[in-house]
Amino acid sequence: MSNFGYVAPTTVEETLSVLKRATDQGQRAQILAGGTDVIVQMRSVDNSHRLFVDIKALRETNEVLIEEEQVYIGAAIPSGVLNENATLKTLLPGLLESADLIGSTQIQGRASIGGNLCNSSPAGDTIPALIANAAICVIATSEGIRTVPVENFVTGVGRNCLVGNEFLLGFQIPRPSTGTGDAYLRFIPRTEMDIAVVGAAVAVTLGQDGICSHARVAIGAVAPTPLLVDAAGVALVDTPVDEEALRRAAQICSDASQPITDKRGTIEYRRKVVGVLCRRAGAIARDRALSNQ
Amino acid sequence: MADAANYKAIGTRPIRPDGIEKVTGRANFGADLNLPDMLHGKVLRSPHAHARIKRIDLSKALAVDGVYAAVSSADFPQEVTSSLSINILARDKALYHGHAIAAVAARTPRIAEEAIELIEVEYEVLAPVLSLDEAMQENATLVNEHLRTNDEESAPPSNIASTQKFERGDVQKGFDEADVIVEEAFRVPSAHQGYIEPHACVATSNPGGRVTIWCTTQGPFEVRSATAGVLAKTVSDIKVIPSEIGGGFGGKTVVYLEPVAVRLSELTGKPVKMVMNREEVFRATGPASATLCKIKVGATKDGRITAAQAWLAYEAGAFPGSPVGPGAMSVFAPYDLENFLVEGYDVLVNKPKVAAYRAPGAPQSMHAMECAIDELAQRLDMDPIDLRLKNAAKEGTVAPYGPKFPPIGLVKCLEAAKRHPNYATKPEEGVGRGVAVGFWFNIGMQSSAEVCVAEDGAVSIMEGSPDIGGSRASMCLMAAETLGVPYETINAHVGDTESTGFCNLTGGSRTTFATGLAVVKACEDVIAQCKARAALTWELDVDQVEWQDGRAVPKPGVNIDVDPLSLAEIAKTMSRTGGPLLGRASLNAQGAGACFSVNWTDVIIDRETGKVDVKAFTAVQDAGRAIHPAYVEGQMQGGAVQGLGWALNEEYIYDGNGVVENASFLDYRVPVASDMPMIDCEIIEVPNPSHPYGVRGVGETPIVAPLAATSNAVRDVLGFRINDLPLSPPNVLAAIDAAE
Ligand SMILES: Cc1cc2nc3c(=O)[nH]c(=O)nc-3n(C[C@H](O)[C@H](O)[C@H](O)COP(=O)(O)OP(=O)(O)OC[C@H]3O[C@@H](n4cnc5c(N)ncnc54)[C@H](O)[C@@H]3O)c2cc1C
Repeated sequence: MSNFGYVAPTTVEETLSVLKRATDQGQRAQILAGGTDVIVQMRSVDNSHRLFVDIKALRETNEVLIEEEQVYIGAAIPSGVLNENATLKTLLPGLLESADLIGSTQIQGRASIGGNLCNSSPAGDTIPALIANAAICVIATSEGIRTVPVENFVTGVGRNCLVGNEFLLGFQIPRPSTGTGDAYLRFIPRTEMDIAVVGAAVAVTLGQDGICSHARVAIGAVAPTPLLVDAAGVALVDTPVDEEALRRAAQICSDASQPITDKRGTIEYRRKVVGVLCRRAGAIARDRALSNQ
Repeated sequence: MADAANYKAIGTRPIRPDGIEKVTGRANFGADLNLPDMLHGKVLRSPHAHARIKRIDLSKALAVDGVYAAVSSADFPQEVTSSLSINILARDKALYHGHAIAAVAARTPRIAEEAIELIEVEYEVLAPVLSLDEAMQENATLVNEHLRTNDEESAPPSNIASTQKFERGDVQKGFDEADVIVEEAFRVPSAHQGYIEPHACVATSNPGGRVTIWCTTQGPFEVRSATAGVLAKTVSDIKVIPSEIGGGFGGKTVVYLEPVAVRLSELTGKPVKMVMNREEVFRATGPASATLCKIKVGATKDGRITAAQAWLAYEAGAFPGSPVGPGAMSVFAPYDLENFLVEGYDVLVNKPKVAAYRAPGAPQSMHAMECAIDELAQRLDMDPIDLRLKNAAKEGTVAPYGPKFPPIGLVKCLEAAKRHPNYATKPEEGVGRGVAVGFWFNIGMQSSAEVCVAEDGAVSIMEGSPDIGGSRASMCLMAAETLGVPYETINAHVGDTESTGFCNLTGGSRTTFATGLAVVKACEDVIAQCKARAALTWELDVDQVEWQDGRAVPKPGVNIDVDPLSLAEIAKTMSRTGGPLLGRASLNAQGAGACFSVNWTDVIIDRETGKVDVKAFTAVQDAGRAIHPAYVEGQMQGGAVQGLGWALNEEYIYDGNGVVENASFLDYRVPVASDMPMIDCEIIEVPNPSHPYGVRGVGETPIVAPLAATSNAVRDVLGFRINDLPLSPPNVLAAIDAAE
């Protein structure tokens, strides 16, 4: 493991120029956030030489901004730190719970949601919750900032839309309005320290009348990438998000899933359970929305 | 000996002598030793589950800067053709994915890793045999073309290495008398022992041919003989020094790396260290046999079992030697049966050679039997404990495997279970409960112990049993009780193969029983010497002195006015009374008492995801005498958790080519702490007459009953039975869906 270099730039410009210099010299550079994926992968997958560019010293990757219209969450903030933020916890309980599912207390001292997204695993726990909350990636490029909705970020197993020397700064999330609630549930055979076999996130907004005006549903670990299931959201809109509507949305999720059979579960299993989790997460999101009127 | 109620040390729960070293990270485990100028060895493993090896070319690896030696099986004595030797490095065929093919020694682990990639191996890939069903078919592909069932020369080659059969009475007549008959087949998958510490060793060979091995093992003397065997040396060429051990459960009773490290050291003249990573541990060591067990059992309306029949097939891996024998001997052990028939098959497949795992063979066969008994209880509408009580083996019952049982604790355990508040309280709505009985024979075998007394009266024990579960504390407690001195003044040490007398491995739940017996006898030797020293001091005959509460005193009626002499006082003057006090004993212990248990599991099931959650688990077990009750409970709890893991999620997942897909702790799912409820323990004590304090082994029985107890609990919730393990969410959900 001695086979790497390490730099920790303190500004976005410096980071971009470090990355550019490395590429120009034909050197492999890799962004390091918490390292909870990268360091494990260096042992198990590939320990070839590289320059680690640590982005934890940047302001932009570390700040949380709660504004009137939107919430900004830095990409490199450890899950443990996010979960100490009481305001975020009330605004986005489902997203924070998804970050709180990662690994264990020790892992959460480092693991970031930016790293979780950029690792681009189909099973990354925070990704469906980010999608359900309509989060937008804020990406630093040499030409300035560009933005991409999270549902378009991951392009395949372990692959994403970052090109060249781009890196992720953080997420813009529309500030949840009154009557909004979100939830994320994953299925694992154990109680912790495991990888999602299936995941589902739901965010709903209910009016004073208890009728849903807006809903987004996202599913994880049932396709090469986490999926936004538009039709499942549509099935909840104009309903009280009751059992019947949730069952429809659940069926749509099962149908939209494209799971595989592997050591963690079969096609039939994942297809069925993704619906179950959609229904259960939807009910939690609805109850949160109702208590948030 | 004092009777139980008067014990001063036995039955207390002091901290263990090795505790401080372990919790402060000072204890040295297998991989912790580094020697000057040491090289690092790494093994190249087969990428195929079954392949003929046409050619191995080590030259490119040898050419790497920093590589000192490379070996294949050709560098080992060819006249040695034991399974062990062929398992350590493949000969003409690679027999499983991960089978060791070659090894190198290099300056750093990294160079060694890179160098093994340069070894060229030409394989002719063969179809692998991956299941019992496949392997037992008539025209099956052969794992070993030279193997004939039961070594019968006239028989055609087969994957069935051996068969066994034993019976009593007339099963047909018994089944004819039955009112109810249950007949079912059960599959249990391979499970790994899952010890946290991977295999590791350092070996060094001096120019005179003397070899020293430091390693993590359950049996340094067995490492010595196994390594000597593979290398065609004699045992006295080799000294083995055991490290602290991070779990074994039977998996560290065999050798994988040691002979290779010795050979590499011989070739380089330098010490060689070899350490497996977790993936290698999963691919090439352990596991327990995957099995198919068919059971038929019949009973009369009032619950008397009239006949029982078992057909047991055990995967042996690539070499003969599955524990189908003990599986067959234990399957009916808890019951007093007039008529039974057991058939067993030891079957080769292209998978790693199986190794012992806690009560080897019993969890699988007894899972089948205990599920069948539960089914019988359902059909007879009887309480599952009452049904077992009605048929339970007791003192005097002739065990299905031959001997007449001396005092055993099964009935007491069943009665205690019935009385237990956890059993008396009926499960809540939605919670299912399952009961099962566990059993293990236990063994005695050879042990030695030396007990020395220092000038200040402190006692040190030297023995040869690697301490996996707190045995040093138990040795100290037995010594404290025997000598009559405080526990705190005693220390116990695990010696190497040249610093203590021969000792068989820590296994078969024998250590506290057999090595304990040696320690007690060595302490009695010290007492005899102390009495002689006191007699000398007092100018009495030795038979006028006795040992009482740690002191020599004149026997009642001996007319002399002297103060008693304590062990410390005798030790202080020992140079003047004959020199150092050193007691010793060595023995081949007989009469290891069998150990029975009763377990019950309470579960809930999420019917939409198939997830089984264990809400409560209770273990009742006969310990004979619990020397250190906390460590007996530790065995009961640890075994329960391993059994629950096997029941719920642990399994080897193979692809179609015989490659294990889940060779990591991420996907080979042992339970994590938060998965488990508190494991409640009740220790029953039915003393073993063959041990001065009544000890029975307790280490293996605990893993046996949780499998069936959990299956039976799942049946209780669902109303139908899932015969095969694991009861993992996909399997349970599929069964629920199929039932709907
Ligand atoms: C024991 C253990 C348990 C785990 N449990 C879970 C779990 O339950 N659920 C789960 O989803 N994951 C789990 N993980 C995986 C991992 O912890 C998470 O994916 C975590 O969120 C990764 O964050 P990180 O900050 O550590 O990322 P890093 O390891 O630093 O980076 C991950 C990847 O993203 C890239 N990257 C990171 N940040 C950026 C950025 N800002 N811009 C561009 N690229 C970037 C890195 O180059 C790397 O390729 C577990 C890991 C371990 C070791």
